[in-house]
Amino acid sequence: MTQFLVRRIAVAIPTLLVISFIIFAVLDLAPGDPTSNLPLTISAETRASIRASLGLDDPFVLKYLKWLRQFMVYEPLALFQGATGIDLTPNSDPPRILSWQTRSPVYDLIAQRLPQTLWVVGLAYLFGVLLAIPVGVYSAYRHYSWFDQVGSFVSMLGFSVPTFFTGLLAIIIFSVQLKWLPSIYDTTLVVKDWPSFVQQVRQMIMPVTVLAFFNASQLSRFMRSSMLDNLGQDYARTARSKGLQERKVVWGHVLRNSLIPMVTLIALGIPGIFTGAIITEQIFRVNGLGDLLIRGIYVSDIPMVQSISFIFAVLIVVFNIIADVLYGLLDPRIRYD
Amino acid sequence: MSADTAVMTAAKPEKRSEARELWRQFSRHKGAVAGMVIFIAIVLVVAFGPFVYRVDATKTNVRARNLPPSVEHPFGTDNLGRDLLAQNLVGGRISLSVGLAAMIISVVVGTIVGQLAGYYRRLDGVLMRVTDMFLALPILPLLLVAVLLFRDSLRVYIGPQAGVFILIVVIIGVTSWMNTARVVRGEVLALKEREFVAAADALGARDGRVLATHILPNIMSPILVSASLGMASAIITESALSFLGLGFPPDVPTWGRLLFDGRDYLGITPMRVVWPGMFISLVVLSINFMGDGIRDALDPKLRGRV
Repeated sequence: MTQFLVRRIAVAIPTLLVISFIIFAVLDLAPGDPTSNLPLTISAETRASIRASLGLDDPFVLKYLKWLRQFMVYEPLALFQGATGIDLTPNSDPPRILSWQTRSPVYDLIAQRLPQTLWVVGLAYLFGVLLAIPVGVYSAYRHYSWFDQVGSFVSMLGFSVPTFFTGLLAIIIFSVQLKWLPSIYDTTLVVKDWPSFVQQVRQMIMPVTVLAFFNASQLSRFMRSSMLDNLGQDYARTARSKGLQERKVVWGHVLRNSLIPMVTLIALGIPGIFTGAIITEQIFRVNGLGDLLIRGIYVSDIPMVQSISFIFAVLIVVFNIIADVLYGLLDPRIRYD
Repeated sequence: MSADTAVMTAAKPEKRSEARELWRQFSRHKGAVAGMVIFIAIVLVVAFGPFVYRVDATKTNVRARNLPPSVEHPFGTDNLGRDLLAQNLVGGRISLSVGLAAMIISVVVGTIVGQLAGYYRRLDGVLMRVTDMFLALPILPLLLVAVLLFRDSLRVYIGPQAGVFILIVVIIGVTSWMNTARVVRGEVLALKEREFVAAADALGARDGRVLATHILPNIMSPILVSASLGMASAIITESALSFLGLGFPPDVPTWGRLLFDGRDYLGITPMRVVWPGMFISLVVLSINFMGDGIRDALDPKLRGRV
């Protein structure tokens, strides 16, 4: 197991390096110029010195290595210092990755936006999982029943209809027509008492529901087919034939085995919380990580886009490893040699 | 010669009945048949609709702004007085073509990579590493950046519509072949150990010929399934890009672009987002149902059941 983990991580590091290079290269080629949005009255020399201060004139490889060092060494150090207050580099002040828009460290901005994404999109994922498992289990157990038929159709509907349409439909029905819920996520709201808490819940209902429905549709299909596979296995028949109660067969034997692939799927889907946030946050105008990325792209804030994209890549790779490890821990038939 | 014809006559009806059996299984799947009917209907409407409904999608009319659906404008009009039915028909042509073209690129790339990885042991490791790497790429941010990056230069060289079309099709195709490659590799790995491949090999067939005429026909079905899913996801990706304002330019109505433009008028003309959204959803839903039908028809475990 340890050996497997070491090998997986050993493979993951070059993969991430290649990805970081691709992300860096693609963005570095971008035609956007951070000085293009500055007033025209600024003279050419000043423009040139601004460009030089941003490090735009360095050779490509040097820029890449500098960025990599900032990303891999300086930012974790700053993060560590922020968390514990211990300054590991008291003599020097390592340069942090600065956003071109605000000239503040990219990571501080990400830290500001992360909670909104986690609350809205993460909660939707959690609800999606909690809804998908019972629906999938019951659909498989009552195979071809009306519940299964309706459930299969609804889940097909749920993952075929894109969230940017269901979201807009929900806004039309519940905000425009019925006026029950706010259509725009109030990002300045601070939860300090009961009324503001109620308001926060009200503005979270639509985004969370729309996204939870989408997630549940995808996961319940997997849960159903995994459950169906296991219900037909010999061990399920054996358990029944030795007179075990049906409840124990389903809950104790079949469900436990069906959950193994589900756990890995759920782990694999977690990076999708963040990438999926890009679209959801645009529908409901939530100021999360996805919104930060989109705004960064619009104004060609290269360091911002590079950092967020690379964080997404790291999340995907890390959760792939976690899924593999979980699979091995949960299923004793799988051995990593 | 006579032996040849005997083999051919023996093989032909066998093959035909296999296809017929698949069709029989497929046609039993109610959802798949309904999906096929709806999909064909939408394709026909989008393809021939503009010839029947002869209204210019780009004609603006300030006196007929933000109209609800009526006899004159069955889908209503937008904030510039353009007819929404005409726009949706034109948009459908673009959205469906993007889906089709991107799907073809992704299936061709995926099939080639999968076949090479499955057939040549030497290439397997490298190609699968590359596949894994592509799977770990944060696709949506990169797509957004790529559009932003190349849109203007392609616009200048090839023209606004064709340039963006090629760009979007290529970047969706190039970033979505990985699942096809994995499926094809698995199938090829199993098939290459079979006797008919060894026989073709022993007869001196070149590798390319073995792959193209002996292995490829036997893996068409999984390719078909991933092609259908690929088209659905390509249509969604294009709509998502347009929805984020980074797809086609404003003067080109695709379904995603119409949604994006309509979302600022939810209070005035809610139907404006309902039409394109409905089209996208129906197309994707019908394609997914067809994919389900093909998969079920191909699954021997499900054969013989209702």
